[in-house]
Order: sequence, then C-alpha cells, then structure tokens
Amino acid sequence: MEMSGIIIAISALVVLSLIFGAILGFASIRFKVEGNPLVEQIDALLPQTQCGQCSYPGCSPYAEAIANGTAGINKCPPGGESTILAIADLLGVEPEPLDAEHGTEKESVMVAVIREDECIGCTKCIQACPVDAILGAAKQMHTVIESECTGCDLCLDPCPVDCIDMVPVNTGLQEWHWDKPDQIIATDANQTHPLNEGKAA
Amino acid sequence: MNTQFQLHDFAGGIHPAQNKVQSTSSPIADAGIPEILILPLSQHIGAQSISLVNVGDTVLKGQLIASSQGFVSANLHAPTSGKITAIGDMSIAHQSGLTGPCIQLTPDQQDTWVECAGIQDYSNVSPDTLLHTIQQAGIVGMGGAGFPTHVKASAATGSIETLILNAAECEPYITADDMLMQEHAIEVISGISILAHILKPKTILFGIEDNKPKAIEAVNKALSDLGNVAIKVITIPTKYPSGGEKQLIQILTGKEVPSGGYPSELGIVCHNTGTAFAIHNAVIHGQPLISRITTLTGNACPTPKNYHVLIGTPVEHLLKISNTNIANTSRLVMGGPMMGFTIDQIQTPIVKASNCIIAATQHELPDPAMEQACIRCGMCTEACPAQLLPQQLYWFAKSSNLEQAENHNIADCIECGACSYVCPSNIPLVQYYRFAKGEIKQAHADKLKSDRAKIRFETRLARQEREQAEKEAKRAARADAAAKKQAEKKAMVPASDQTTPTADLELLQKKFDAAKTAVTKTKEKISVLQAAEQIDSSKIELMEGALEKAKAKMKDAATALASGKKPQDAANVKVASSLLSAAVDIPNKSVADEIEALKQKVLAAQTRVDKAAERYNMAKEQELDTIVAFQTGLDKQQAKLVDAKQALEEFTQQSEEAK
Repeated sequence: MEMSGIIIAISALVVLSLIFGAILGFASIRFKVEGNPLVEQIDALLPQTQCGQCSYPGCSPYAEAIANGTAGINKCPPGGESTILAIADLLGVEPEPLDAEHGTEKESVMVAVIREDECIGCTKCIQACPVDAILGAAKQMHTVIESECTGCDLCLDPCPVDCIDMVPVNTGLQEWHWDKPDQIIATDANQTHPLNEGKAA
Repeated sequence: MNTQFQLHDFAGGIHPAQNKVQSTSSPIADAGIPEILILPLSQHIGAQSISLVNVGDTVLKGQLIASSQGFVSANLHAPTSGKITAIGDMSIAHQSGLTGPCIQLTPDQQDTWVECAGIQDYSNVSPDTLLHTIQQAGIVGMGGAGFPTHVKASAATGSIETLILNAAECEPYITADDMLMQEHAIEVISGISILAHILKPKTILFGIEDNKPKAIEAVNKALSDLGNVAIKVITIPTKYPSGGEKQLIQILTGKEVPSGGYPSELGIVCHNTGTAFAIHNAVIHGQPLISRITTLTGNACPTPKNYHVLIGTPVEHLLKISNTNIANTSRLVMGGPMMGFTIDQIQTPIVKASNCIIAATQHELPDPAMEQACIRCGMCTEACPAQLLPQQLYWFAKSSNLEQAENHNIADCIECGACSYVCPSNIPLVQYYRFAKGEIKQAHADKLKSDRAKIRFETRLARQEREQAEKEAKRAARADAAAKKQAEKKAMVPASDQTTPTADLELLQKKFDAAKTAVTKTKEKISVLQAAEQIDSSKIELMEGALEKAKAKMKDAATALASGKKPQDAANVKVASSLLSAAVDIPNKSVADEIEALKQKVLAAQTRVDKAAERYNMAKEQELDTIVAFQTGLDKQQAKLVDAKQALEEFTQQSEEAK
C-alpha cells in the first residue's frame, strides 16, 4: 500500500512537470521578445542628440553598450545628471558623476546658427549633421532648421570657414515656467541666508 | 427665485477676507485716454496675433491693428485713435516679468471711431455669422484666462444643454463683475441672450455669489423689465474658489468635469460676465473689445473703485488718476491676491484679462513668512477644491519626481492657492506645483523633440544604407553588363550563323573589306619604298611580313564570310566562292612580285658590296690601320650578296616547279 502511494505521487508529479514544461516551452517560443527591451528603455532615456560625445556613434549604440555592460552610465554630457539618475534608477545601479572626459553638461540648450553671408556652400556640415537639420546645396548658402537642431556640435569641426556658432536658445514666453521656490525652510536656515547674515556677524 | 433649485457643493474651499467693500462704494469711473497705450500681441491663450500696422501709421479707434494667427488666437484693435509710435518688445502683464512683442500707440486724444455697424436684431441671424462677429471683435474670456471666446462657443455648438454665466467673482478684492452687473445688467443679459441664440441651450443659469446683493437685485430687475424668463439667477454661498469654472459647474449642476476633460463634454459651457458684456458690444454696436472694467484697489490707493479702462493703458496711468501713493505701495498685484501675480514695472499695460490691480501696502500684503517643514497636518488636502493630495504633490514637486506628480494628477490643479492659504507652515505650495507643471511641460516638449531627433537620425541612417546598397547594386549591374558583353563578343564568331546572321555577315564583310584594304595599303607602301630605291632591305622585309599577315587575315575573313553567307542564301554561294578564290588567288599573283623583290634584294646587296669594296680600296691606298675592319665589312657584304642570290634562285625554281 505504501509503495503504491509513493508511485501515485511520483507519477502525478511527473505528469504535472511534463504539462508545465510543455506550457513553459510553448510560451518561451510563442512570447519570445524580439531584441533586448532594455536597450530600448535606456535609449528612451537618452537625449537623442546623436552627438557622439559618449564615443559611440549615436544614442542607440550607447544604449546598447550600457545594456551589455561595456559602457558606464555617465558618458552622456547633453543628458547630464538627470539622465544619469534616470538610467541608474532603471538599471538599479548607483548613480555616478558625469565623466568629464566626455564633456560637461551645458547650462542651457544650444542651437547651431550659420553666419549665412560667410557660408561658402561646401555641404560639409550637411553631411555631418546626424539629424538632417541643415538645409542647403553645393555652392548655395546653408541654414540650420532651428527646431530640429539638437545642439550636438558635430557641424562645427567640418566647417572650413568656421561660420557656425552655437547659441543658447532664448527662453520665450511660451517656454517660460516658474522656478522652484528657493526659500530655505526656517528650521534649517543657515548663516548664509540673508535674514541670518546679521546674526552670523 | 431659486428656492426650488437644488444647489450642490464642491470639496474643500476657503473663506478668506473679502475686501470687496472698498471698491464697490463708488460707481465705475472712466480712466480716460492715457498718454500712451501698450498693446501686447499675445493677450490670449493660443497663437500670438500678427501686427498689421507699421510705425508711423495713423489708426482710428476700433481699427484692426493685429490679426489672429490660426483659429485659437484673437484679433487686436486700436483702443483709441492715434499714431503707432513703436513696435517691439516691452514689459507685459506676465508672471515671468519678461518682455513681449507689443504695439505702442500714442493717442491723438480725438478718440475718433472707425465706422462700425452692429446687428440690432440678431434673432434672424445665423449662429455662424454671430460667431464670426465675436471672432472679428477679438473677444477672449475676461475672467482671467483669456481663452478666445469664439473657440469656446463654436466647439460647443449644438451639444449644449446648460449655459452658465459665471458671475461668482469669488476672489477677494475683485469687484469688476459686481459693478458691471450693477450698472450694465441689461447689456450683460443681452450678451447672454446672444450666446443662447448661438448655443441653443435648454437651461441658462446665472451664478452669483451671495456677497453681491446689489448686483443680484440689478440683474433680477433687468430680467423682469425685459420679461426674460429663460435666464435663472442662482445665488450661491460665498466660498473661494466657487468662481472656478469646474467648481461653479459642480455647484450648479452637481456634475464633475472629468480629469483632463472640458465642460462641453458634459453639455455645459461657461462664460464670464465681462465676456457677455463684450459680446453685447460686439454684436449690437459692432464695437470690438477695446476696453474693460478693472478694479483698482488696495490700501495704497486712496479711492479704490472700478475703472472703465482702455486695453493697453499702463498701470502707471491708473495709479496717477487715482492719486495712489507709489512710494507707499509695497507690492503691485495684477489679478486677485490668490491667483494674481506681482508686477515690477508700472508701465505694464492692462490687457483683456486684467480684472484687478491691487496696490498693496507692506502691512496689507506682507512678505511671505519663512517656509517651515511640512508637519503633515492635512489641512491642504481638506482645502483642495480639486480633491488632489497637495501634500504628496508637494513632496514630488520638491524632489522633482515629475512622473509621480503626474500620476497624482498635478495637471488637475487649478492653482487656486487654497492649500498655500491654509498651510500652517507657510509652504508656498502653489509655487511648487507651478514649477512642477512647468517642468512636466518642458519634459514633454523635450521628449517630443528627442523622439523627432531619433526618427530623423534613424531615417538618415536608413537613407545612407539604402544609398550605399543602390550604389553597390549599380556597380554590380555595370560589372555584369561588362562581363556579358565580353562573353557575347567571344561567342559572336562561332555562333554567328545561329544568332543574327545579317548583322554577323555585315561584320564579316566589314572585316573582309578591312583586311583587303590593309593588303592593298601594305603593297602600296612596299612599292613606294622600292620606288624610292631604299636600300634598307630589313624595312622591306618587315613590310613584306606585314603583307603576309594581312593576306592571311583577308583569307580568314573571306572564308568566314563565305561560310556565313552560304547557309543564308544559296544565290550567294557564287559570290562566296568567287570571294574565296579571290582570297586564295592572292599568293599566286604575288609570286612575280616576290621574285622582283628578291631581285631587288640581290641588287641592293650588290650595291653594298661595291661600296664596301670601294672603302676597302681607299683604306688600302692610304694604308690606314683600320683596313682590317673594312676587310671584314666587305667579306660580310659579299656573304650577304651570295645569300640573296641563292634565295632568288631558290624562289624562282620553286615557283617554276609550282607552275
């Protein structure tokens, strides 16, 4: 009697394991994820300037490198601290300070502007632009489509007459928004606060 | 009147000090024409209008000076007659304190109207025409937001059950709508009737807070005078912010506007009292929106009252005519104390949505107290009319956790300031929300831009790859074509009779002709050389070699031609055979030439021997040391002569034998 009980139990477990194994096997084929979803998630966090400052040819190759573990998360100067924090959050790793080797975070959003009367129409910048934001033809003046420019600086070096400037984008009324209240809360007001200056002295 | 009307309530709300009595004691005064008018091109929500005038232009009162750009935009008219003296960036009524594009008008004090025609009886006029009139008049929501009225009215046309006139005016200090109703109730009601004619609602509700008894009385009197029974005046309890669109709708109908939705989705549309008045002026009198009622109040102002102000009037002008002590004014607020903003420049103009100017003293509106730590008392949550969680939003905004702030519906915050008002820790909560909202908006804009950049980058890569592939394909096609041509060329000769006989025949004929010409030419050359008595036999030999080759080629060509022609045309056989015989005949013909050539060679050799002998003799006579060399040269020439003679004899023998 005891033996038959054990046999029933074993056979029941075997049958169950076969059924679940079949289901899992089917699911792994049926619901197979194409590509690495992590790469896409990281790519979505990158600023898409396609500037190559991370030493990878574009944001998506860098995202791939991060996903493969071959690149650090701190090589993106245009994204800056917020991008590093977001990627660290996604990957569950410790955020690192921006790697200064690849550049520093810019204060404001920059956009390339061609000094049009100096442009000789060599098309070199057009070939360099990773997002096709420069318009022009050979021996014709070129111009930057400001709304599409990512401010990646890649057009600066190829220009033989140095007629491209990077200028900060003006904050118009449409873009303006309130700053964070900068008041220091009363309980941890320190000596540098204007109200406490007298006391400190 | 509203005894049977069921009122509802909205969550939260506060009861701040009213401060409305100061400015309601005297009637509306005319602010007159200031020395200068500053007209911002963007006084409304939506696209900035486009200036139609140039500096130096003279304009009349009511003339269109900037036209709307797109549907969600508004026209701008000259508030009085005068001259355009400047167009450019000037300080405008905006929280940012930034400058914006403006038209500056210097009035000529004549106040000459442009011709304007109103519609006295609009009951037979189509709603579209009326909407067009409202649009042309540049009317925007005058309660504070400045949303173009024609957009709001036309988006809702046909599906509106309830039209609400918002006369709650819940924010402290502001009394512009109150005074307008007291003095112009009939015009306001006319404006509502026009809106009702456009929207055809089932019910029209006139919502007034119970702190305006005079206005309620005036409206009721006007309604009974007009015999208008369609409009119901509903008195609602005073509570801030009952004048908020969503809150007023909730009070009057019990319905809540869904998050991210519009009242029109519920079949409700809400318009402001001032807007109704402007609509009346636009439709009945044909006058565009060029002035408004603005409250000037605050403790720094000795005579707080409402003014009939031209749009574009600098605040400075109002302060001057009301004898406000600017030195005593610690803060100048545009709008109410809850939702308004401080203006730094007294040149800032009154715009279409400016309902109030508060010239406050230090005592009246002291500097905000020091922010203290949040004690999680929950008073903000109780005060919030939008039923949000202000505390949570505060933490999220403070730590820039925008995603969570969004998840907690920060977008539904109406920025009424009730939470900040009740906060015992003096936390500027609304400031945090405004910051977070701005950051979220920025993040969305950045995301859109980066998505676009990504698409452009990927499209560019795809294009480059495609171009590379096309180039590669072209190169491969060229290489293929070249290889094919080569193969065809090779296959041409053996396959000539099967493939294209005529073309091949032509080719063969050409080849034969060319070979024939070559033979003739070579012969000519040889004869020329011989005629010139060239003694250099090697050249002639070379020529003869070439002649042999040319003849062989000609023979080949003739054979090929004959074989090519044979299967094609039997009649050509004769031609072919004759051709062949001609080709074969050539060497026979040249035997004589050959003999002749050999004879010439012998002769030439004889001459050279003679010359060599002569030189040898000369050397012998003079007894030169080089005599041995001459001896050798003579011997060689003599040997050559013998060779040539032998060759001639042999050839003659051979040819005779052949014959």
